[in-house]
Order: sequence, then structure tokens, then C-alpha cells
Amino acid sequence: MLLNASGCLDALTAPEVARSLDGFVTKTITPEPREGNPPVRIAETDAGMLNSIGLANPGRDRFLAETLPRLRELGVPLWVSVGGFSAAEYAATCAALAAVGEGDIEAIELNLSCPNVDEAPESAAAIVSACRAATTLPLYAKLSPAAWDIAEAARAVEAAGADGLSLVNTLRGLALDERTLLPKLGRGTGGYSGPALKPVALAAVYACSAAVEIPIVGMGGVQSGLDVLELIAAGASAVALGTILFSDPGAPARVRAELEAEVAARDLAHPLDARGAAHSSLQIGVSRFDNGHEKRPGNGRKVTA
Amino acid sequence: MRRERRKVTGVEQVGPYTLLRVDAGRLDAGVPGQFFMLEAPGRLLPRPMSVCLAAAGELAFLIDPIGPGTRALCSLERGEELHVFGPLGNGFELDVERPLLVGGGIGIAPLPFLSDRLGGAPAILGFRTGWHAEAAALVPNAEVCVEPVYVTELLPDDPGDVLACGPEPMLAALRARAPDAQLAWEAPMACGYGACYGCAVEIDGELKRLCVEGPVLRAA
Repeated sequence: MLLNASGCLDALTAPEVARSLDGFVTKTITPEPREGNPPVRIAETDAGMLNSIGLANPGRDRFLAETLPRLRELGVPLWVSVGGFSAAEYAATCAALAAVGEGDIEAIELNLSCPNVDEAPESAAAIVSACRAATTLPLYAKLSPAAWDIAEAARAVEAAGADGLSLVNTLRGLALDERTLLPKLGRGTGGYSGPALKPVALAAVYACSAAVEIPIVGMGGVQSGLDVLELIAAGASAVALGTILFSDPGAPARVRAELEAEVAARDLAHPLDARGAAHSSLQIGVSRFDNGHEKRPGNGRKVTA
Repeated sequence: MRRERRKVTGVEQVGPYTLLRVDAGRLDAGVPGQFFMLEAPGRLLPRPMSVCLAAAGELAFLIDPIGPGTRALCSLERGEELHVFGPLGNGFELDVERPLLVGGGIGIAPLPFLSDRLGGAPAILGFRTGWHAEAAALVPNAEVCVEPVYVTELLPDDPGDVLACGPEPMLAALRARAPDAQLAWEAPMACGYGACYGCAVEIDGELKRLCVEGPVLRAA
């Protein structure tokens, strides 16, 4: 299953790109409208790019009244990314979505890790727990790869009721102007994405898939069908495209074709037949260093998100 | 809009700038002021460039090599290929009575195409140096100044319908003098089609995505 990473596509300005995916993930919706951060908001770096958009969005009420009805008309399964500055704010948006969206909204992704806002959120588990109480819609927790122990964070949100994980968000980075040596971005730092993030995403998916049972949407630096297969091998059940959509709006179709070729070349029937393959050589290590957590690598298991 | 892999048909030096010509293929040139995202070889992100010339079967882009992406584009050679995506954004409204084109520096890029569509309308152009001003040859019927003279000093008291592109201070000065002017703005862009929200610029306290709401905006 191929999605877009939240904030990397506007389905209303590019509906044909959204329709080339298996689901469209919205930009993060916050309770109040947000203009976002001042320009300059993006900067290319040698192995990726920085963004400091700052959760620009029309706010929950306008999203529900104006954006959501138009998104429904696209006929693409919708994932709504939800943000906020307290567990209560997240939960209120989840409740509002549940009220209008049962049957129409495929899942809610809780953005627990935007690097472009200053307010420190409550613990990820507390937010998930509050949202769980507010909706029966599937809840995916989007975690930051900057966590000291992302597997621990994954276990905590799973215990709090998350139905899945989105891994990973961007990493905080800084780029300086080559002449002035001042930050290129108006806000200073930004979220680092692109090819440089792929090993980070692989490591996070790899660690979390060994720690939790819930499905994982893998993302970070995906550019090719092989990148998708690698994230699946690390443990993902679905994959999202981010920065690649900026340079290549045709990426979903291309990546799908490349993935098919990769799967065929390995005599697999389905991409998910490779799920967890990266863990197979670790199985000995897992039994030798059992720390009490149940670890089932799931090599070759078919799991649907 | 389409995204196609196109061949470079010519590369010319125009003062410090490079005029990159590509075979248009099935790409529509669009309206003057619209832009294309050009794949910058070896770089992650494409670069937005407005159409400078749209002759038969060819699109030409005037590029100032100021960073790694634009330098990569200017290093392309005839016969090499690059992805070209567009036309994107909103161009100039051409239904004007007394057009006056105003350009500053590399901001003259869309003016040759615009001039062609407006039947060689008068233009005033400003440049940093005489070397930069060599690009004025691309715009017919143009009056040219070089710093310390600014293009706004060439602006008549009753400028008519101003269509302009140039650095922000120039656009800001024009807004004060010609409230109905059509101004083409510029901002770093990752995607060019509304996906990244990177090209938002603050105009009158409001953030606008230049790629979908611009790059040509009314001054008032």
C-alpha cells in the first residue's frame, strides 16, 4: 500500500497525483488555523532538504466544513493527520472527525513529532490514550526518529491503544547561506527529509517492528521501488512517499512499477511476502539477548495494514 | 501541465546569464509569467524557471547561476536531457490597454515571451552592471538603465498597465507607484504544484503559495 507522507501533497491542487496513491494523508490539522512559519521555508541541502512550513492549515472547523467534503469527492481513501498542543486538543479533533467521518475516513494519523513548532507536546502515550477514548477510527502514531529509544516510544503508544505507527517524521536540521553564514530558513532550523533520511527510517522501522505487533507505515527518503521493498523488509506493512513527490509527481506509478519488478526478481508473489525479511539473521541474537520483551520478527508473514 | 524528459537544443551566454533552450516536445508553453520546474542534474529538487522565449517547438529559460541548482542547469550541454514539468502557476493577464513591461536583473526572464505576446510593448529594464544589461537585447523596444540609476526612475508619471518582474525592493517600489500593476514574484520552491507549501510569501500580512496563487499577483 502506497501513501503520501503528510504535508507532501495537496490532493485538491493535484488530484491526479492523489488518485495514483492507495490513500491520501492530509496536511496536519490543528484546532485553530495556522499561517505557518515565515519565509524562507525550504532549503535544499546536499543529501536532502529542510522545510519549516510550521503546520500551516485552515484549522479544524474550516477543514471539516470546506476541505473534507472536497477531499471526499476525490474517491481516494483519506487519512487525516491531526496535530495539537495538548492531549485534549488532539482528542477533540479526533472526536470531531469521528462524528463526521465514520466510514469516510480510513485512519487518523497523530502527528506527535513535528520538528517545526516550539510547543512541547504531552507524552505521546497520553495523547494516544486521550484520542483512543474519543474515536474508534484507526489511530496511527507518527513518531520522531530523534527519540532516544524509539522502540520504547512505540511500545508506549501501542499500550495506549494505537492501531499502527507512522515511521518516521523528519529530523531537525540547519542549513546556512554560503555567503552570509546565516540560517537559510526564516525560522532557523527545519525538518530534514529526502534520501539522507532513508537509513534513519529503516532503523526506526526495524527496531519498532521487533518491539510491537501493530502495523507500521514506513517513510523517509523513499525514491524507488527498491526503497519501498527495503522498508517492508525492515517490517513496514505500507510505505509513504514524501520528498520525492516534490520533484516527481509521477513517482507513485514509477515506484509501483519498480516495486513489481523487484518482487518478481525475487520470486515473491506479493511485496508483503518480504515483510520482516531483514530480521531473519537477527533471530539467533534475539534469543540470546532476550530482555523480556516478546520479539517476533515475523519473517515472511503476510500482514495487512 | 505535463512532465517530460526533454533534450537541450542550445545553450547561450547572455552577459552573466545562460539562455537554456530545450525541445518543447508536447509541452505547452503556457502564458507568459507561468513557469516550469526544471530538473537540476545531480540535485534533489528541480528549479522553477519562467519561460523566456517560446519559439516554434522550443522553450527557452534565462538562468542566473547563483547556486548549485542553477549552476547545474547552466552547465548542461546541447543534446543532454532533463525533466521539464509545466506550465505551472498563473501568468500575466494579457488583456491590457497600455502595457508597460518593467524588469530588473534576472527578473527580465519572462519579459521576452511577454513582449512577444503583447506585440512588442514598450519596456523599461534595470541592471546592476553593463555586463548584466547585455540581457536587454532579448527584450525589444526597451529603455535600459544601469545602477546607480534604478528602473523606477524611468517610470513615467502615468505608467499605464505595468507588468513587472524583478527583485522584491523593485516590486515594492512599483506597488506604491502603480497599484494595478501585475507583479511576478519569486520564492524558493520544492514542487511547483502546491504540494510543499514552501513558496509562501507574505504579501500584506497574508501568506500566499506563489506556485498556485501566483507567481503573478495584482499589486493592490
